[in-house]
Amino acid sequence: MTDVLNTMVPDAEATAPAVLSVQGLTVGIGPRKAPKPIVTGISLDLVPGRIHGLAGESGSGKTVSSLAILGLLPANATVGGSITLFDADSNGAGPGGTELIGMRRRALNRIRGRRIAMIFQDPSSSLHPQLTVGSQLTDHVRTHLKLGREAARDRAIELLTRVRVPNPVEALGRYPHQFSGGQRQRIAIAIALACDPVVLLADEPTTALDVTVQAGILHLLRDLADERQLAVLLVTHDLGVMSAIADEVSVMRHGVIVETGPREQIFGAPQHAYTRELLESLPSAQGADTPSAIQKEAGR
Amino acid sequence: MGKNTRATRVHPARAPLGGSPLAGYVLRRLGMSVLLLFGVTLVTFSLANLVPGNPIVAALGEGAASNPATVAAYIEKHGLDQPLPVQYLNYLLNLFQGDMGVSLRTAQPVASDLAKAVPATIEVAIGAIIVSLAVGVALGSLAAYRRGKISDQLVRVLSLIGLSIPTFWMALVSFNFFFLQLRIAPGSGRLSPILSPPPTVTGLYTIDALLAGQWVTFMDAMAHLMLPVFVLSLFTIGLLTRFVRTSVLEVLDADYIRAGRAKGLSGPRMLFGYTLRGASLPILTIVGLAFGSLLSGTVLVEAVFAWPGLGSYAYNSATSLDLPGVMGVGLIVGVIYLGINFAVDLLYGVLDPRVRLA
Amino acid sequence: MTRRWLRIPSAWVTPLGVIGAVIAAFWIVVAFTAQFWVPFDPLAQVLPRLQAPGIDTIMGTDALGRDIFSRLMTGAGVTIPLALMLVVMSMVVGTLIGAIAGYFGKWVDEVLMRLTDLVMAFPTVILAMVVAAALGPSLFNAVIAAFVVSWPQYARMTRSIVLGLRTQNYVMAGRLLGFSPFKTLRVDVAPNVVGPILVLASLDVGTAILLLSGLSFLGLGAQPPTAEWGSMISAAMANFDSWWIGVFPGLAILTVVMAFNFVGDSLRDIFDPTSQMSKARAR
Repeated sequence: MTDVLNTMVPDAEATAPAVLSVQGLTVGIGPRKAPKPIVTGISLDLVPGRIHGLAGESGSGKTVSSLAILGLLPANATVGGSITLFDADSNGAGPGGTELIGMRRRALNRIRGRRIAMIFQDPSSSLHPQLTVGSQLTDHVRTHLKLGREAARDRAIELLTRVRVPNPVEALGRYPHQFSGGQRQRIAIAIALACDPVVLLADEPTTALDVTVQAGILHLLRDLADERQLAVLLVTHDLGVMSAIADEVSVMRHGVIVETGPREQIFGAPQHAYTRELLESLPSAQGADTPSAIQKEAGR
Repeated sequence: MGKNTRATRVHPARAPLGGSPLAGYVLRRLGMSVLLLFGVTLVTFSLANLVPGNPIVAALGEGAASNPATVAAYIEKHGLDQPLPVQYLNYLLNLFQGDMGVSLRTAQPVASDLAKAVPATIEVAIGAIIVSLAVGVALGSLAAYRRGKISDQLVRVLSLIGLSIPTFWMALVSFNFFFLQLRIAPGSGRLSPILSPPPTVTGLYTIDALLAGQWVTFMDAMAHLMLPVFVLSLFTIGLLTRFVRTSVLEVLDADYIRAGRAKGLSGPRMLFGYTLRGASLPILTIVGLAFGSLLSGTVLVEAVFAWPGLGSYAYNSATSLDLPGVMGVGLIVGVIYLGINFAVDLLYGVLDPRVRLA
Repeated sequence: MTRRWLRIPSAWVTPLGVIGAVIAAFWIVVAFTAQFWVPFDPLAQVLPRLQAPGIDTIMGTDALGRDIFSRLMTGAGVTIPLALMLVVMSMVVGTLIGAIAGYFGKWVDEVLMRLTDLVMAFPTVILAMVVAAALGPSLFNAVIAAFVVSWPQYARMTRSIVLGLRTQNYVMAGRLLGFSPFKTLRVDVAPNVVGPILVLASLDVGTAILLLSGLSFLGLGAQPPTAEWGSMISAAMANFDSWWIGVFPGLAILTVVMAFNFVGDSLRDIFDPTSQMSKARAR
């Protein structure tokens, strides 16, 4: 448990105030009396316009952490610690921000998709196969922003144009299976951005995609973070992806963050032995622009 | 129409037959149904003619069959001395002209007897499928959402009990209890004796009464439907509940449900727009199968309520060993079941864009 | 899909399964012993007719003055052994046919599967009724008719499992190691088939009882004066006012079928872990 100290190291690069702050997050899964610990106390801050990478092997608890932020964990999960959203637009946010842990479902639903959005690993399964792209792009817009059918549709076309899906008007009436993997993920990103959220959680957004389209998605994420002042949490096991676009990087192992720092520091002068180990397993340790899959689960 | 074909249907062949993919899909399904239709006639033909037991005795009855002249005339008339393929062809030709033989019991052509009985059965079957679907989807979704909880266990036990009830017994008991004892249910039949049936349009009394604006008749027909529908539904409610639970559980595990929740959609929108829509294909499949068990059920239930449908006709034919009558019911129910499965196939194409748009 | 059927978990002891097993065991014991201890000869028409349940005839008497309790208990010995026999017969034949279809494929598969299509083109009770009527009314013919409609489900299931296995790596590995077809079937295929087939069979006992008694209700199964549950209920149709004639045999069918369904459903939990109720779900 000596690693816990490292998680407290403040993020030196972050100058703007955080919009989402995770403090001492713990997650256990299983019976309430004796849950199996998955995440044992992690802290991180998400800052507008910056991409925070959360790296680690599968099973390190990184995906569980991102799901915990939106309260998407199974009902048998126990979550502790604090997740605070500092966002003027969200309901009831005082100067101290809004605490998300233990929030009622109804209130949480007003934050999900509206203030904090999420994209998932595999766009072919995270889009509903029987609903048109248009309906999936507008249903939450109409709920959250109380927009009419026409206004929501205009907004959807605008979003599809922004994420560079060809023929946006036509695309609205089509179904997910009629698009390629990369385009599906672009659609998923458009859905996530539809209500102008302040935080975007991206759980392995490129893992299920062909290498050739990964770079395009990553560039899109980078551009969107800059232009919309989005605070992005990028969860991935792929250090290549991480080195391409993350501003800050946290390395996670066995439910704790072992090291946090600016990208240059993590990739240039890693402090923790585990980080070095991970970097050594990277085929091209320089962290080139083209992302490459590292051999995950190297330690297993 | 097997579970097998339906499972592979999610990934239809890429090359469509006709112009649009849906047309190709419909054509393929239609072809299958027509083939099975011939299969159905082949089964009834074989059973009526090839089974050890004497088809002539079965058709003429014991008395007439002991007279050699009658037998010879019968053989001559029906071409029973000809080779089997020819006999089958004749059988098909007769069927095509609506000739299904003459009932020994009613001394009427089986086809005209059945024509009168079909609408009554359709009416009660549609009522039962609506009730089963509503209750089954509600209970199944509840059980899936509350998986492992007390309510889930309760639903499980209830649905198993529903599957265990002998419907013919339930019909008898409920008729006895609600009509003879409590007097809250109307008596047997489709309408009270003082009322006359509404002018025939669809043959379904409730619909026809509505069309004719006869409120009293409509209410009376509805009241008469209640008990048979209730009894018939018990089994299919059990069936549907279990399948809905399984399919909803599977869908709840899907990524798109998590994605929908991450969008902050409300509970009802998630349940109807996302979850049930995702589970609609397996549910549709089981509705097709449930129709089969409903048609089976009518045979055992209708007679108790003196409901003048296929079931009563089958019951009366079977108990009086009227083979042409029984065969007619078998054939017509087989055809109806095929039709329902074909309709299910078409709906499949409508509900699943992956089939519709290939 | 490795051999999880070998690990028998403590989940055997589910309340539902235990209740079902106890009731089923009770009825099986009754089925084989009733003839020795029932108070009256089930066929003897010696009592007052249509007598309501009372002290000496706890379930009353029927229209012919026979003791319903005695008929009910000996009736178990008619339906239950026949249903069990029927299920074993369908299971053996169906599984064999399915395995042959799946293993040999090509035209063998095609022919056998079209045969199952034909049977499945009819609702079960309807086809059974037609077959039984064609064969002539008798309990034996009812069993044959029930067999005709019940083997295809085993064939289908076995075939789909075998087909799925053919492409599994460990089965391929076995073949590459030079296993004979027989050894492949025994070592790699059989363990995967046993669980699902047993679950299907245990749930099918209930269906078989319902089907056989249903056919008897239609007059196509057991013939008078045999004490059989379905025909006892049928007899009640003529005496609506004497509720006891029909109520008790129906309860007997209900409890037996329910017992086997409880057992089968619990078995399913054991053999198919995905249907288990352990994991809680997210809101």
